[in-house]
Amino acid sequence: RAIDEDRKIKYEAAVKIQRWFRACRVRVYLRHLAKMAVLIQKWWRGYLRRKLFKGIVETAYYIKKQEFYNEMAVRIQKTWRGYYIRKYIHNYYALKKYLRAVSVNNELVRHELQEFAEMKENEEKMKDLEKKEKEKKYRARKMHYLLSTEQIPGIYNSPFRKSPDQMELLLQKSKPLTHRKQQVKNPVADELYGWPTCKEPPAFIKSLPLLPAGRQKPQGPFRDPAEVLQQRYKPVEPTLRVRESMYSPPAKAREPSQRKEWKDPIHDNEFLPFSSYHKKYEKYEPSLFKSDKYGKEAYGTKYFREVYPKKWIADK
Amino acid sequence: NSGVVCLLRPLLLDVVPSIRQTAALALGRLADYDVELAEAIVKAGILPQLICSLPQENRYYKKTAAFVLRAIAKHSPQLAQAIVQCGALEMLVICLEDFDPGVKEGAAWAFGYIARHNPELSQAVVDAGAVPLLVLCIQEPEIALKRIAASTLSDISKHSPELAQTVVDAGAIAHLAQMIPNPDAKLKRQVLSALSQIAKHSVDLAELVVEAEIFPVVLTCLKDSDEYVKKNGATLIREIAKHTPELSQLIVNSGGVAAVIDCIGSCRGTVRLPGIMTLGYVAAHSENLSMAVIVSKGIPPLCVCLLEEHEDHIKAAAAWALGQIGRHTTEHARHVAVANVLPTLLDIFVDTRSSEDLKTKASGFKALKNILQKCTYLPALEPLLHEAPPTIMKHIIGQFSKVLPHDSKARRLFVTTGGLKKVQEIQAEPGSLLQEYINTINNCYPEEIVR
Repeated sequence: RAIDEDRKIKYEAAVKIQRWFRACRVRVYLRHLAKMAVLIQKWWRGYLRRKLFKGIVETAYYIKKQEFYNEMAVRIQKTWRGYYIRKYIHNYYALKKYLRAVSVNNELVRHELQEFAEMKENEEKMKDLEKKEKEKKYRARKMHYLLSTEQIPGIYNSPFRKSPDQMELLLQKSKPLTHRKQQVKNPVADELYGWPTCKEPPAFIKSLPLLPAGRQKPQGPFRDPAEVLQQRYKPVEPTLRVRESMYSPPAKAREPSQRKEWKDPIHDNEFLPFSSYHKKYEKYEPSLFKSDKYGKEAYGTKYFREVYPKKWIADK
Repeated sequence: NSGVVCLLRPLLLDVVPSIRQTAALALGRLADYDVELAEAIVKAGILPQLICSLPQENRYYKKTAAFVLRAIAKHSPQLAQAIVQCGALEMLVICLEDFDPGVKEGAAWAFGYIARHNPELSQAVVDAGAVPLLVLCIQEPEIALKRIAASTLSDISKHSPELAQTVVDAGAIAHLAQMIPNPDAKLKRQVLSALSQIAKHSVDLAELVVEAEIFPVVLTCLKDSDEYVKKNGATLIREIAKHTPELSQLIVNSGGVAAVIDCIGSCRGTVRLPGIMTLGYVAAHSENLSMAVIVSKGIPPLCVCLLEEHEDHIKAAAAWALGQIGRHTTEHARHVAVANVLPTLLDIFVDTRSSEDLKTKASGFKALKNILQKCTYLPALEPLLHEAPPTIMKHIIGQFSKVLPHDSKARRLFVTTGGLKKVQEIQAEPGSLLQEYINTINNCYPEEIVR
């Protein structure tokens, strides 16, 4: 039995050793395989990358160039924009010039307006002065009786003064006023038509102009004044055509026929009312003999050949 | 009242013409005096009787009838509407075609009063075909007729752009522009107001008005002795200036700004208001234009307005105009600040009296803010530092913090005038903008001084 166990132990030992050896071999083999796989992958990957590398390098180069160009472009645009805006859009010097021009223009305008205002004021003053002058003259005319005579010195001509007053001279110059003609004023007309634009009231003459009471009747075969006045102031009786206004129905009805007549007239000659009408229009044409540079010659119309009665033989 | 209207009614249909005329005149005067009487007349249905026989009547009756219509229409839109519904507009157009200038004047006046109230009535007037006749009226030699026609055109065109376009299409602008040099003051008032009502609606209409070559002539109106002519002239220029920068440029180029500034200087009261607004509009468009306003010496009159005027809305307008001038760049803000106007603006803003009028406060505040955001002129900012409320303080301190790090002389001045002390006294929440500004300022100085 010890030999059996010995043999078993040796057998198992041998199995172990063989096992171990085989495992080692397999392990070495696997390791080898792995190494080979890695090698293949290494080479394959390197190959792929080397292929792509060119593209990557190109892209990177391109991007770098673009960046550079962009930088340069930005620089150019920056300087250009600054220049352009400063020159045209926000031109400082042009603005200053404009403002100076504006102030100069303003001065001119102010000056002119001042002149205009002064002119207006002067006109107003002149008008006032003229009005005052007129009033003064009118008053002088009214008070012409205050003028001094030889005997009695007037108010404005005191003996203690060296020279007469202004008013005195004015009074001397002015013409006395005459009596104003009496105007007929219709009280009713006044009330109705007190508007500024309505100047003439309708001519309803209710009372006749009054003649002076103690008037002597004028001599001669004159007609009775009442008759005359009645004839003169007979109320107007306008014809039917005049009485109707422009917009009334008969007038409107007449309109189409009027228009038709205007449109187709029978003849175009001017209407001559009287037969001798045309004769008036016959112009006298002077003959060439008698018309001169300075007008008609008197010979032939005003006088003929000169007459010398002393030379006549017939009566002697 | 006591049945007068009923008594007058049969008289209107009397045979004798002068009775009719007198009755119509009486009605007109009654309606003119009181609203209720006018309403009574309309309710009694007299208007159709008044109008029905109008075309056949003589000119005195037409004038009186136009007077009655105008007296009724002037009180309220409803009465004017009643008149339109009676068909009075056609009759008034017939009156406008009449030869007598008095009749035309009455008709034009009636149209004016009707068109004044609202756009629908104006449209009714335009639809009746009145506008070409009014333009013809303007060309007539009588001054009163011209006045009334101009005022009617102004009333028609003020409501909407379409109505203004209708007036323009009738060729009114050329005739109105020809009448500007006329010496009569009331006529000038009406003409200028008509042109400004036309120009205010749109850029095209304003350009049409400008093309009529009003420009140097309108400036003479600004020198007129009549206050309202000046006001209307300034209104016209304002309406033109407010649309586009090109139109404002035109006004500046023709010296209009100088004339407006002189006009502001010579008037008092509400007459100044359109002139102030013109300057504001011109300056608001661009910085070159506001520089032009500054160069034309525009700021001193505006300061004077701010100080002198008692009315709130004029002060608000002046503050707004100054804000528009100063808000573009530091140069502009410096010019405004040099004129010593910032303390006044601050006073307006802080003043408790003007606290009811939000507009004044709001405009003062905005103007101040706009100017301060660009102001680097420190001597002007310093007095404000002592008095300002917190909302303004933020901006002031911000400006200081922008300038002080760079300018040593300014720093020295700031310390000597006690500004630094004031800054320390301000308490701000940490992390807010104000605290950052304060920190920036403190960093400019060495530690000992800060403490």
